[in-house]
Amino acid sequence: MTAPTCPTCGADLLVPANAMKHELFPCQDCGTELEIVSLDPVAVELAPEVEEDWGE
Amino acid sequence: MRVGIIISHIRPEEKLLISAFQARGVEPDIISDREINLEITAGPEQLTPSGVPWNAYDLIMERSVSTSRGLYMLAMLGSWGLNAINRYETAATCADKFLTTIALAKAGVPQPTARTAFDPDTTLKAIEDLGYPAVLKPVTGSWGRLLAKVKDADAAEAIIEHRQTLGDYQHHIYYVQEYVNKPGRDIRAFVVGDRTICAIYRDSPHWITNTARGGKASNCPVTPELDALCVKAAQAVGGGIVAVDVFEDPERGLSVNEINHTMEFRNSSAPTGVDIAAEVVSYALSTAGVTA
Repeated sequence: MTAPTCPTCGADLLVPANAMKHELFPCQDCGTELEIVSLDPVAVELAPEVEEDWGE
Repeated sequence: MRVGIIISHIRPEEKLLISAFQARGVEPDIISDREINLEITAGPEQLTPSGVPWNAYDLIMERSVSTSRGLYMLAMLGSWGLNAINRYETAATCADKFLTTIALAKAGVPQPTARTAFDPDTTLKAIEDLGYPAVLKPVTGSWGRLLAKVKDADAAEAIIEHRQTLGDYQHHIYYVQEYVNKPGRDIRAFVVGDRTICAIYRDSPHWITNTARGGKASNCPVTPELDALCVKAAQAVGGGIVAVDVFEDPERGLSVNEINHTMEFRNSSAPTGVDIAAEVVSYALSTAGVTA
């Protein structure tokens, strides 16, 4: 299976083993926050920008 | 038993909750709030993005990181009479610091003095009425964002001018809170139903102690006093599953700063030894008639 690449720096990404769709994780090379948008095949996009109403 | 979890994206908390549901034999459906497309005037038999009618769920847990999306969904689910956690009334009160303050005051829960003003000049007067330093907060917001410790009138004028110029209408509603000189920490207590299941101290050299801003978590014993205060505060805002932020004042004792309705707890189970996700899931399932 081809590893997805970081849309920012092009690095081959190490996707967490127990990853879930819609999970966020950082590119291990450049730190860009990414979102897993598909698991089969694994695909990532840039994570959504934090919005003002985000929180807990 | 059918459970749905509304998310914006999956945080560590949602993964922990999903695992806790699975440990109870329930495989929850994950409902992305970005894919929700509701016919507001229609009923709950319409389909979720997962292809399941909304009213097929015995329980829907709202875990959107987007406060506004979560609120609208809870309003919709509540209008349909579905079992959703938290209830809309709880979430709407907690999401707004002004409404939280009213609810706590009405219930007689100790809290820092707070004032509200809507006009820049009147806001300066409101801050002076409280006395410097004071804390300017947006009425909605989280993770310690856009809090300002205002030490004098010059600083107050600058912040107000920035908010008038750069902020939307919500930033023109000024909520000012008395500054509490806390001992380098505050308390975050987790209330599930009618129990304070655990609490952490959040230590920080910075006056903002949120763990999202670098506050360090350690176990805080849940004393009867802390439990009673936090349960009373939780009930004041409508009850459910909430995180209560508490100040310690050497002279006045404990007071409630604010309350969060989609609490984050990734850093809190380890120091407290309490499986917060399991407690939350157990309570949530009990609202759907499932007991351990």
